[in-house]
Amino acid sequence: MIEALSMGKYGFYVWTSYGAFVAFLLWDWLAPRWQRRRLLRDIQQRERREAARQKKQKNA
Amino acid sequence: MNPVIRWFHQMGSPPIFHRFADRWSRWLLLAALPFLAWGAWSGLFEVPADYQQGDSYRILFIHVPSAWMSLFIYGLMAVYAFIALVWRIKICEQLAMACAPIGAGFTAITLLTGSLWGRPMWGTWWTWDPRLTSELVLLFLFLGVIGLNAAIEDRRAAARAAGFLALIGVVNVPIVHFSVEWWNTLHQGATIKLMGQSSIDSRMVLPLVLVAIGTKLWFLGSLLVRTQTAMLEMESGKDWVKQIARGAHA
Repeated sequence: MIEALSMGKYGFYVWTSYGAFVAFLLWDWLAPRWQRRRLLRDIQQRERREAARQKKQKNA
Repeated sequence: MNPVIRWFHQMGSPPIFHRFADRWSRWLLLAALPFLAWGAWSGLFEVPADYQQGDSYRILFIHVPSAWMSLFIYGLMAVYAFIALVWRIKICEQLAMACAPIGAGFTAITLLTGSLWGRPMWGTWWTWDPRLTSELVLLFLFLGVIGLNAAIEDRRAAARAAGFLALIGVVNVPIVHFSVEWWNTLHQGATIKLMGQSSIDSRMVLPLVLVAIGTKLWFLGSLLVRTQTAMLEMESGKDWVKQIARGAHA
């Protein structure tokens, strides 16, 4: 088991490569989702502000 | 109307594209995982070590599929950019722009894993070799497209300008591919050939093909998600986007 994981004397190079690849996939998964969440929140806030302003104008 | 042509016409409508991308992106990303996992497992533990390079060559199963993807994505980005510039199709502008960050990622992984493989095998992290240099130029092209797209306020003008840059940069794609044949280089030539005899050991082909399929599926899923997000941003004043924003727990 340990022997299989050590990859001869190349463990560092092999595991860093595979690790970087997994990290890239994770980033590629998360980045657009965070971006979308921020965008939808901005749109919600803008709408709420718009609604509040219209209400104020009506009352005035 | 021909159903295929009708489908393409419908995809030009942002809300219809949004629903399509919602449905397909998660399945594509999910479908990629077993291919990637099986390919990586097989490449790491099942395939025998190389007779010269020992276990270090196992980096190949990440390095080569990533390199293929870096060129494939650049080509696809250029095709979308061409369509966007000629026919002014909004969705194609955003598809082209969505290719860039994913392509930059795969190119960076190619360079990084190449470096990690080069250190034990060639004795250096980096050398200004034609293959390595042209792949680095590919990374800069991707980054240039991302940067130009981000630098211009008007989303459509930005995508067209960056698309133009993407088209000019296409020159680099055959240079990357043929660099190992045109010049004396440290980098080995292709051992997998679509036409003719491959010189790679047949046992090593399976994990390579699995990871290649996995990265293709992953890319398509990611492309849909990123394009979808870009379209939401472009259309953020429209009612259909406001409705989605109301429904979201952001």
